[in-house]
Amino acid sequence: MTETSLHRRLPDRLDNPLKSGLLSWEMLLVLVAVAIFVANSFASPYFLNAWSLSDLTFNFTEKALIALAMALLIIAGEIDLSVASIIALASTLMGLALQFGADTPVLVAIGVGVGIACGAFNGFLVTGLKLPSIVVTIGTMSLFRGIAFIILGDQSYKGYPASFAWFGQGYVWWVISFELVLFAIFAVIYWVLLHRTNFGRRVFAIGNNPVAAQFSGVRVDRIKFVLFCLTGLMSGVAAVLLTARLGSTRPSIAQGFELDAITMVVLGGVSILGGAGSILGVVLAALIIGLVTFGLGLLNVPGIVMSIFTGALLIVVIALPILWTMMRERRA
Amino acid sequence: MIDPILTLTGISKSFPGVRALHEVSLELYAGEVTALIGENGAGKSTLVKTMTGIYQPDSGEIRMGGKVVTLPTAHSASDVGITAIHQETVLFDELSVAENIYLGHAPKNRFGLIDWKTMRREAQATLDSMAAGIDADMPLKELGIAKKHLVAVARALSVDAQVVIMDEPTAALSQKEIEELYVLVDLLKQDGKAILFISHKFDEIYRIADRYTVFRDGEMVGKGFIKQTPQSEIVKLMVGRSVDQIFPPRHAMVGERVLDVSGLSHPTEFRDVSFSVRRGEILGFYGLVGAGRSEVMQAVFGLTRPSAGTMTLAGRPLSPRSPADAVEAGIVYVPEERGKQGVITGEPIVVNVSLPSLKRTSRSGFLRMAEEFRLARTFTERLDLRASSLSQNVSTLSGGNQQKVVIAKWLATDPKVIILDEPTKGIDIGSKAAVHEFMAELVAQGLSVIMVSSELPEILGMSDRIVVMREGLVVETLDNVDLAPETLVRLAAGIAEERAA
Repeated sequence: MTETSLHRRLPDRLDNPLKSGLLSWEMLLVLVAVAIFVANSFASPYFLNAWSLSDLTFNFTEKALIALAMALLIIAGEIDLSVASIIALASTLMGLALQFGADTPVLVAIGVGVGIACGAFNGFLVTGLKLPSIVVTIGTMSLFRGIAFIILGDQSYKGYPASFAWFGQGYVWWVISFELVLFAIFAVIYWVLLHRTNFGRRVFAIGNNPVAAQFSGVRVDRIKFVLFCLTGLMSGVAAVLLTARLGSTRPSIAQGFELDAITMVVLGGVSILGGAGSILGVVLAALIIGLVTFGLGLLNVPGIVMSIFTGALLIVVIALPILWTMMRERRA
Repeated sequence: MIDPILTLTGISKSFPGVRALHEVSLELYAGEVTALIGENGAGKSTLVKTMTGIYQPDSGEIRMGGKVVTLPTAHSASDVGITAIHQETVLFDELSVAENIYLGHAPKNRFGLIDWKTMRREAQATLDSMAAGIDADMPLKELGIAKKHLVAVARALSVDAQVVIMDEPTAALSQKEIEELYVLVDLLKQDGKAILFISHKFDEIYRIADRYTVFRDGEMVGKGFIKQTPQSEIVKLMVGRSVDQIFPPRHAMVGERVLDVSGLSHPTEFRDVSFSVRRGEILGFYGLVGAGRSEVMQAVFGLTRPSAGTMTLAGRPLSPRSPADAVEAGIVYVPEERGKQGVITGEPIVVNVSLPSLKRTSRSGFLRMAEEFRLARTFTERLDLRASSLSQNVSTLSGGNQQKVVIAKWLATDPKVIILDEPTKGIDIGSKAAVHEFMAELVAQGLSVIMVSSELPEILGMSDRIVVMREGLVVETLDNVDLAPETLVRLAAGIAEERAA
């Protein structure tokens, strides 16, 4: 092709994908994870042990399952703050069904089904009635947990069957827990969904510019509704795992899970304004938060200090990219 | 000969890629109304913003009462005595009428606090002098739009402004309210204010203006006394072009009817709109801003639901409930607001182009990047897109090239009808020509094109037939054979046909 040709040929890309991969946010997260891992192994003699490391994974798998779906929701420019309350309601209804003699498959179906129903309710309020998701899910956050309190009061449900407990306490092989395997499977599914399908492409388009996406023939409301249902589904799955692991249900179950899940999403490099992010980043961020909280736990740091740490981390992570661009603009 | 109060000389203002004002001049005289006339995009609004301190001119000087002034802020403009009443009044619904009148220059008592008593009394006195019949204590939100205009005028009187700019003040008013406004304008004249009156409506201009100034393409092309000038001369000044654009020559091979729209209505925006587009035809839609052209197109594209009417596309009934439905049926829409509605900035070219065609580039829902690049390359190269690579972010492209991305995106869906809403607004001359040439190519291949445009040369240069709309109604559908631009302007503005002298 010569310079004088009528139409110039446009190359696919100019940058080197390998080079931009090395300089990515995900690469930074890998370094941070390694650093914390090394620090932990020096800080505590109990850390470098297969069973300790296995215990570590229980610290984040349930929240990280929610974070996977939450990542897609935040990329699409919406948010769901009611996920912890969905867990409480799903767990309570599972406990209630247990009182009527429900067996394990029925319990699981109820947990997951309640999750999807709650997500669909959020999705309907946001897409059907055009309400802002932050307001809707603050409302349903109180609503769902409130229903759990009405049903359960200050009581608790106990006596889940052993076959049900396996979901939260069982091991698939040696130190590899069922929770970890399930998380790995879902992480792959969500990675494919977000990065390799038409659906994921449309999610990014909506997050970048919902109006232009609609003008381009994307069914914006339908996709947002599906995303709320997915987040509800993952909350239901988390409710099954958590209830099975604890072996009991109280209405205060999973308090504060929504903040941890959102922290994982944002730390994972998902833009809180929507339109950008990756599943790999979210998985790495979940691992980092698991490592940090477990490490602090081994050092007997009280829980309240850990939540200070999580809060500070969230603010720093949101502020960092903004500070970064401000500094670059000043230099330019 | 009296001297003007306000003189603008040699004012120029450019924005990236656009020359909005070029060496324009304007004089305003005490006790007289000067009408500022021009097509959309002639530079009227830019001039108003320059006079009220919102824009800074690149060159030129502003003299107020013979002294050169600079207007670095909106506040400095009101300090020298220039105030503007805008199309949408800039007032505050939650405040009282008196507060609105005195916002920013409220009388103070000796402690430096607002002297509410004086403020209320003065406000009421001003309102009464206008015979407005408004209580100064009333919250503004309880007033109708016309009364709000009165409050805006009272505000202009209270700041002791010498120059009052009225930017299309009648756009939202009923005939009765317009009459009341005329009375006010007379009042302001008697008070010795110099008034700049901006309007598209010729009956208004002839009714209240003393002088006129005509702008075209950012330049001052004529001025004089309105009583001595026939309408036809002003229309000629408005539409005559200094540079004649060249449009691609083409011979319409018009085929069967593709899209039929009949009796389409919307509760507020348009009524009983009927038209049809044939294969290989460019149908132009002309009208003033707010005539309802874009709203009709958005109903055809499924963005809004019409309240009545039927549409048929290639013999099949069409009632899209969303743009996705319209695209599937074969109707695509290139919106006027390119940045907000057209391209997804922040995403690369290839992703923008493939978005509506994902069903074809993917396999059972899974992306195939190679197919997407192939599709994007085919259509962007046909449009001669200027970019470094297909992975370049669209936000880094110029307006004209962004428009090419939007058009490429739609061509890739293989549409039957393509609607272009102000397709060359705000893009450079070179890209304009490329878009025009491409439109000609499209219809030659048997597509149907609907083009909404406020630019007369574009409408006359490209269309086979022209639908003229005014105030939500179709006024006339014309074959574009030896049409005079004046005819279109008259129909769009609602001026009765004049016999040539």
